[in-house]
Amino acid sequence: MSVDRLEPAVWHRLHPLSPLVRAGRATIGLFIVLAPSILTGRRSSGFAYELAFVAFLVALGCVSWLVTRWRVEDDDLRIETGLIRRQSLRFPLAQVQAIDIVRPGLARIFRVAELRLRMAGSTGATARLAYLHERDAEPLRRRLLALAHTGVEPELTVGREGTAAEDATESVLTSVPTGRLVASILLSDVGFLSMAIFTGLIVGAIAARSVAAAILGGGAAPIIIAGATLFWRRFNQEYHFTLAEAHDGLRLRSGLIALTSETIRPGRVQAVRMVEPFLWRRLGWCRLEVDVAGRQRRKGEGEAQRKQLRAVLPVGSRALADELLERILPEVPRALLPPPRRVLLKSPLRYRFLAWGRADSCVVTSSGRIRRVTSWVPLAKVQSFRRTQGPVQRRLRLASLHLDTAGRSVHATLRDRDVAEADETLADVVLLARAARAPAG
Amino acid sequence: MPADHRSGSSILRGVQASDEVEPTEEWRRPSPRLLHVRRLEVGIVTLAAAVAVGIVGALSSEWAGAIAAAVALALGAAAEVFVRRRVHAWSYAERAEDLLVQRGVLFSRLSVVPYGRMQFIDVTAGPVERSFGLATVRLHTAAARSDARIPGLAREEASRLRDRLAQLGESQAAGL
Repeated sequence: MSVDRLEPAVWHRLHPLSPLVRAGRATIGLFIVLAPSILTGRRSSGFAYELAFVAFLVALGCVSWLVTRWRVEDDDLRIETGLIRRQSLRFPLAQVQAIDIVRPGLARIFRVAELRLRMAGSTGATARLAYLHERDAEPLRRRLLALAHTGVEPELTVGREGTAAEDATESVLTSVPTGRLVASILLSDVGFLSMAIFTGLIVGAIAARSVAAAILGGGAAPIIIAGATLFWRRFNQEYHFTLAEAHDGLRLRSGLIALTSETIRPGRVQAVRMVEPFLWRRLGWCRLEVDVAGRQRRKGEGEAQRKQLRAVLPVGSRALADELLERILPEVPRALLPPPRRVLLKSPLRYRFLAWGRADSCVVTSSGRIRRVTSWVPLAKVQSFRRTQGPVQRRLRLASLHLDTAGRSVHATLRDRDVAEADETLADVVLLARAARAPAG
Repeated sequence: MPADHRSGSSILRGVQASDEVEPTEEWRRPSPRLLHVRRLEVGIVTLAAAVAVGIVGALSSEWAGAIAAAVALALGAAAEVFVRRRVHAWSYAERAEDLLVQRGVLFSRLSVVPYGRMQFIDVTAGPVERSFGLATVRLHTAAARSDARIPGLAREEASRLRDRLAQLGESQAAGL
């Protein structure tokens, strides 16, 4: 155990292999981009430029490694980086929303891991330590979390016994079987679409070769590739998903090649969302996602992470989702109010899913045209309220109420309510939110 | 200072009924000069459009140019009506714990922003606004979607509002 390497108030460097891993990942990306021309052998000129580019990347990575250092300073994590434009970044640990350990395939080969601290605040920056030695990542994460939690430096757990003991305190809440994961991805919107195209292709090939060729030539190939990529990405990301509850928050672990391990601090959940795609509903399945504070667009974060919310349950039954929901949110409203019948005139497709309900500290809304999306927003987390009314709504004496949160994409919208109800609710909710905020502030 | 006591917007009757400690909120309007700013903006755009359309039309015949320019001017005049209604729709009220901002005619919007949720306050003034001595105050919360913007405030009112909001925000600040 290299506890000395985690000693606070000493400048640390990242793992010496990190430039290699970074360049390696870029190289793989480059290879994928160039794959078609390599396979078809259209480029006889060789790959001198590409090789030079990769060498350049490695050199760049080495320089970046040389000038980057980090340390834990009081309640901040400080990262200094940059050769020409020197940057000294300070991340206050009190604002940490979640800490992730990410291990892409290549990083696993070299036994390194990346630590990502998701911060709150208007910049919504992410502090990244890429890469650390695998065995340092977990203790460091635990220490940072403890620091963030209490502001007090915890006792360093020395040796493997301590580590094992702390890990044992977590209780596994759920895990997702692989078969169900595969089925759920195939039955999702995109999965189903690509499956349909694929089936059509096979049928076409059996019927007549030219039909299949026409489909392939007619732009189906990119869709199939995109579908396969998406399938793979989700499978890779959510394979062997495990959710556990520990003293420092919810722990999410998943991954086939790229392993991710995330910890969400308690009380940092801004909103919870349950998605029930059309085909899943028949099977009684749903997906439960939580939203933490942060901005939508972030530099240097994987595309998948940017778009997708973290699923607390990638796929599972409603009953399981309800059980988890109760663990995450203190009070879940049960009774849902349907909208007035005249909403059928305005949003006929949404009508059957529109509903809302509230408890003293939480509001739930549901909506959606084909898939049902249900959002829970704790009133203590609501940032602002908006009541909006468009021309059609005015005709029908309807109004919508929006509850904005600091989350990335989950917001509660009470769509198309009766005007009187909306006004009354707005007044009530403002007061309830005030009461819910009071103990926190 | 333009402050009018509207007979309590129907939107918030509920709040008033259930919240007896608070006095009836005082709805304020942006400065009447905001209308001049908007008119000037519409006027400039209309004139520019009329000239451009007129020249293009005049390439085929003089009559076409004249008609096109007239149509552009007529559209500008129609836009003036909308602008006037929109300017009149803006209003805001400072309550004990939150700021209310109302706006919009066709799509009406009412925002309620608790002071404790404010992250920072912007005061901006474009060139036209500045020449009329006006400024826009904008509140930012941690939510990207909340928009509370009050345009066309007289400069001293804008700085008064900014200072007051900053002070209230600090005293009522709540964590994320």
